Amino acid sequence: MSDLADLTVSEAASSIRRGEATSLEITNAVIARAGVTESHLHAYLTFDQDAARAAAQAADAALAAGDDGGLFHGIPIALKDNMTTRGTETTAGSKILSGYVPPYNATVVRRLQDRHAVILGKTNLDEFAMGSSTENSAYGPTRNPWDTDRVPGGSSGGSAAAVAVGSALAALGSDTGGSIRQPASLCGIVGVKPTYGLVSRYGLIAFASSLDQIGPFARTVGDTAALLEVIVGHDIHDATSYRGDVPPISTALETGVAGMRIGVVKELSGEGIDDEVAAACRAMYEKLAAAGAEVTEVSLPASETALSAYYLIAPAEASANLARFDGVRYGLRVDGDTTEEMMARTRAEGFGPEVARRILLGTYALSAGYYDAFYGQAQKVRTLVRRDFAAAYEKVDVLVSPTSPTTAFPIGERTADPLSMYYADVCTIASNLAGDPSGSIPIALDSAALPIGFQIMAPALHEEQLFRVAAEVERLAEFRQRPELATSEVRPA
Amino acid sequence: MPVDIDIAKVARLARLALSPEKLAEYDSQLQDILEHAERVGALPTEGVPPTSHPLPMTNAFRPDEVKASLDRDEVLEQAPERAGEYFRVPRILGES
Repeated sequence: MSDLADLTVSEAASSIRRGEATSLEITNAVIARAGVTESHLHAYLTFDQDAARAAAQAADAALAAGDDGGLFHGIPIALKDNMTTRGTETTAGSKILSGYVPPYNATVVRRLQDRHAVILGKTNLDEFAMGSSTENSAYGPTRNPWDTDRVPGGSSGGSAAAVAVGSALAALGSDTGGSIRQPASLCGIVGVKPTYGLVSRYGLIAFASSLDQIGPFARTVGDTAALLEVIVGHDIHDATSYRGDVPPISTALETGVAGMRIGVVKELSGEGIDDEVAAACRAMYEKLAAAGAEVTEVSLPASETALSAYYLIAPAEASANLARFDGVRYGLRVDGDTTEEMMARTRAEGFGPEVARRILLGTYALSAGYYDAFYGQAQKVRTLVRRDFAAAYEKVDVLVSPTSPTTAFPIGERTADPLSMYYADVCTIASNLAGDPSGSIPIALDSAALPIGFQIMAPALHEEQLFRVAAEVERLAEFRQRPELATSEVRPA
Repeated sequence: MPVDIDIAKVARLARLALSPEKLAEYDSQLQDILEHAERVGALPTEGVPPTSHPLPMTNAFRPDEVKASLDRDEVLEQAPERAGEYFRVPRILGES
């Protein structure tokens, strides 16, 4: 008998409506899967079985009474632990928020609950979403389900690992420089960063406000698009929320790519990209061309400087956003004789090394005398990056590249060298600087049986094109492999 | 090009009470990162306006309606120290 934890969201939704399985049965299967996998992975920081079962029972009862919330009705999903959940501890992976129980729900949480989705718990992340490996969590790392000696990527590594292994059918993450797409790539699942502003960030613990965006993870392109459709839309609680009409998202999944113009990003094709990753992507470019797309090479000259600009802009914004963690209103407090001493001791004790490093970097980049040379200059480079994209989208409909320059790297390999860790984002950060949508689709395994992700970038509010190409890539790749941990042979450790 | 960083001053501005050993470690790491970040100065940006935000929007207004706010007790329950209806902090007067 097949395990209900291995169903896709759309399969599970059909099963529920055909009366073959209840939300409670599916939720119990996912809880049982987590019971097997969590000791290997540590994908979750908080896993609330009782609340999940109660929500599943309520979803079953609502459906029986004719109240159908749509595709995610009764579907067990996970939330990255930087989204506030009323009554459930929310730490952002930081010691400074240990024990914090938010008095309000993030808008995305409310939208999921309105549709009767079942929330399983809160997933692990790099502290305040700063990192590319989930090793910066104050609560210990998450491991990659394909090889538990390797990282799952980050910062949304817990959400990606949970979906890959079946301890959630789908999940939400947040992406500031690649934090949805890179872990999706390293864990062999689909992850999408939507257009900036399309999903409300009310209740998302802020990292870099001009870059942060919430987005979906799932095992298929269709499920990912469907989850995005649940969470998009204007929100009066988020001043940066997009006020126009919600663009089409899942309307062209079956259209195919015939006649589409696809641009291969020249700067992300060669140097610095692992040979096997580059070869797998090249094979996909050829398949897309054979499927009728017009595939050409496109140059984004400023993208080579984008990483440098990002590592000034993001820390600068973080240094301001994280000023709120001062030991006064919530979380940790370390005593001091004066308020300032209390604050400085609390922050030194409560923030981990990467967060402290970025606060210092951002404070420096914003300080008098250095502002123009660093932060101001980075913002001008951001304009050049946006102009590159605008020029490219005159010639092509979407851009493609690898998602990550390498497959999953060993735990501990990059923690001592911040710059080598930052390089993990080299393919993903330009989309954040531009504010454009971008997604990762698994296409192959490398010779070490680690997943390779394929990145698709589209102009702002053109999610329909992104998902149109993503669905074709999914069909062409026929990527069906699952990590061994997700198979029934695995028994509790 | 070596970057000029007064790391103790930066830590003070950031309200981080770090040990001298930690400060030295961060100083050296920031040197490496900033030397890399200096590449932003290599591109010609004469006359290029800065981008602070990807959306072309200015102010966002909401209707001016009276609504319930968060429950005060529930909010104050999260405070490390409270005094009745207030957050409590150590003395502020007399700081340098």
